[in-house]
Amino acid sequence: MSDNRLGIVVAGSLSAGLDIKLDGSASVEDMAVGTYVVVEGVKSSLFGMITDISLEAANQQMAITPPNVSDPFIAEVVSGTAVFGKIKVRPQLFMGSDARSLLDGPRPVKTVPSHYSKVRLATEADMERIFGAEDAKHFHVGNPLDMEIKVCLNLEEFVKRSNGVFGKSGTGKTFLTRILLSGIIQKDIATSLIFDMHSEYGWEGTSEHSKKVKGLKQLLGSKLAVFTLDEQNARRRKVSADYIVEIGYDEIEPQDVEMLSQTLNLTQNACEAVYSFAREFGYGKWLSGVLALEGGEETRILLDRLNVHESSFRNLRRGLDKLSRLPFLVAHARDNSVKRILEYLERGVSVVLEFGRYTDIAAYILVANLLTRRIYDRYRERTERAMGSDETSPQPLVITIEEAHKFLNPQLANQTIFGTIAREMRKYNVTLLVVDQRPSGIDEEVMSQFGTKATYLLDNERDVDNVLMGVAGKNELRTVISKLENKQQTLIFGHALPLPVVIKTREYGSAESYQDFGFKDAAVLKKKAEQDKDELW
Amino acid sequence: MPDKIGEVIEASTAEFAVECYELYGTPALGSLIKTSDGDVQIYGVVYNATTESMDPGRRPIARGKHEKNEADIYSSSPQLAVLFRTNFQALVIGHKIDSDVNRYLPPRPARIHSFVYVLDDREVKDFTTSLDFLYLLANAPFAGPNDEIIAACLRTAAIAQDDARSFLIRAGKELAVLLGAEPQRLEAILRRIRL
Repeated sequence: MSDNRLGIVVAGSLSAGLDIKLDGSASVEDMAVGTYVVVEGVKSSLFGMITDISLEAANQQMAITPPNVSDPFIAEVVSGTAVFGKIKVRPQLFMGSDARSLLDGPRPVKTVPSHYSKVRLATEADMERIFGAEDAKHFHVGNPLDMEIKVCLNLEEFVKRSNGVFGKSGTGKTFLTRILLSGIIQKDIATSLIFDMHSEYGWEGTSEHSKKVKGLKQLLGSKLAVFTLDEQNARRRKVSADYIVEIGYDEIEPQDVEMLSQTLNLTQNACEAVYSFAREFGYGKWLSGVLALEGGEETRILLDRLNVHESSFRNLRRGLDKLSRLPFLVAHARDNSVKRILEYLERGVSVVLEFGRYTDIAAYILVANLLTRRIYDRYRERTERAMGSDETSPQPLVITIEEAHKFLNPQLANQTIFGTIAREMRKYNVTLLVVDQRPSGIDEEVMSQFGTKATYLLDNERDVDNVLMGVAGKNELRTVISKLENKQQTLIFGHALPLPVVIKTREYGSAESYQDFGFKDAAVLKKKAEQDKDELW
Repeated sequence: MPDKIGEVIEASTAEFAVECYELYGTPALGSLIKTSDGDVQIYGVVYNATTESMDPGRRPIARGKHEKNEADIYSSSPQLAVLFRTNFQALVIGHKIDSDVNRYLPPRPARIHSFVYVLDDREVKDFTTSLDFLYLLANAPFAGPNDEIIAACLRTAAIAQDDARSFLIRAGKELAVLLGAEPQRLEAILRRIRL
C-alpha cells in the first residue's frame, strides 16, 4: 500500500474539503481531478475525490528566488519539503473498520479525519468495495477513467425510481440506454416497454462508424418482443416483428387529442370541443363520428347544439384529418394491440415498439401517451389489488421514452401521464427511463424526482443546470461535465450508485462484448445443444 | 578498538577541545569523534582545528630558505615536532548511555584527559540512522562558518553509508525543514553536499 501513499491531511473542513500536503515522492503531475483517494483515519477511512491541485512553498522566498532545480539532487531535496504540492479532496463516503460497518458498507460522510491522517490512492479493491462486484443485482455499466475496475449499478435501486440519460446528440445516449436495458431485462429485474422512435433498439442499430450493432432482440431472444407500427419498414429491414400494431379509432380518447394540441396546432376551443363531441357520440365512437361529419346543414345544427364555433370545428377537423392519415390508425383494428402489449408485459416479456417510417412527432406522442395511460391504469389496479390481498405485486416496469421533453415540458408535464408516472408511479412499480438531448426542456418538478441520472457532454448552461438541480457539489460536477470527452464518457450519479462517478461506458458492439454481457452466440448455442444431444444418447 | 588520536583538554556542555597526539593529526573537518564521561560516551563533530606553538610567547620563524623541500625542514630540526601542537574543537551532537544512542546533549561534559577516537564506519552508520543531531548542528553558535561544518559532516558521514545518495537526500530534506525560513542558506549547504 505504501506505493500508493500520497501525503497527509493538514487542514480542511467537511464543507470545503480536505487539504492534503503531498509527499516529495508524489508528483503533482500524476494527480488528476476526479481521481479517488482513501484517507486512513484512526478509526475509519474516508473515500473522497480530488477536486483541486495547487503548488505551495514553505517560504515566500522560495517563490522569489527559486533554488537551482536543474541540479537533480537539489530538486529532489526541496520537493515535498521546502516546496510541495497540495491537493483538495472532497470526502464522500465513510468506511468504518469494525465488523458492523463492514457489513453495512460505505455510508455518507459526516465528519473529517484527524490531523495528519495518511492519504493514499484508492486501489481497485477499494473501488470494488464501493461499487460492488457484478452479481444478480449489480450490473457493470463501465469503467472509471484510467482504471480497469467495473462500476456496477444497483439495478434494483435503479428501477425503483425514474431515471434519465442526457447528452448532446451523438455522444452515446442510445448505446448506454441499450446497455442499461439489456442489463435490466437479462437479470429479470424489470420488464420494459421501449418507445423506439428511430428503430434503434429492437433489431439492429448502427454505431457512429456505421457499423452494425446487435439490437436487444438479437441478444435477449424470447425475453423481448418487437412490435411495429410499420410492417413494410420492418419487412424491408428484414426484421421479424412479433406483432403489427394497429390502433382503432375507438382507442383514442379526448385527452390524447388534447396532448397533441401543440403538434396539431389546435386552439383551446377546439380541444374543448373534443369533449363535447365525446359526450355526444360516446367515448369509443367520437373520432369516427367527427370524421364522418360532412359539413352540411346537419353538422351546423349539431355544432349549434353543442355550442361549438364553426372555426373551432374546422381547426379540430384539420388536426384530426392529419391524425387519420397515420396508416396505423384504422377505423376498425383487427386486434386490440393495447391489450396484446399489456399481455406481453404481464408475462414478463419486454416490448420494443418500433415506429418505422412514422417518425412524425404526432404519431409518437399519440401512441406513447395512449399506451402508457392504459399501462398506468392496469398497474395501478394490480398493485392496489396486491396490497389488499396476498397477490404478488406486478414486476417493475420501465417505460423508455426518447425525446422526453415533448412529454415532460413544463406546459404538459402536469397533464400527460408521463408527468404523473415520474412523480408518483414509483409506488405502482412503473418508472420511466428518459432519454433526452435537451434536459432544460423537462419540467423541474419532474427532473427533481429522478433517481439516477447519467449525463454525457452538455454545452448549454441551462441544460447542465437542470440536470444538476439539487445535487450536492453542483459546481464541482459542472466542471466535470464540461470536461467530459465527446463520446462514451458519462457522469453517473444518483440512487443506484454510492457516489457520482465518471465512467467510460462498457463496450457494446463487438462479438467479445456480447459475450461479456453473458449472451451466447447463436452458433455457440447450437453447438452446445448438439453436444448435449450427443451426450444424451 | 581503533587507536586514540588525542585527549580532551577543555570541556563544556556543548563542546570540547582536543589536543592531538600527533602534530597535524587532526581528523578531517566534520568527522565524527567520540570521547567519554565515565560510562557515558560523548559524540562530537570536528571543527576549528589549529596548529600553534606550545609556548604562546614563541612564534615560529621561517627556516626553509636553504632546504630543498618542506619535509627537510622537519628532518634537519627534529625538535620542531614537539614544539608545536595540533588542537581542534568538537561540537557535542549526542551521547550514548548504556546502549541507547541519543542525538542530544549529554548530562555532563567530557572529562579532561578522556581519550578521543574517530568513529569507524559502522559507528557512523549507527549514529546517523537518525538525523536529529542536525538540529544541534544547524543551531550551534559556531565560531567559524557553521554551514561549512554541516556540509562537511554530512559529506563525511555519507562515505560510511551503503547508499550515499539516499542518505544525503534524507539529510537534505531534514535540513529543508529546519532551514525552511532561510532558503538561501539551505541552498548553500545543498550545493556543498551533492554528489
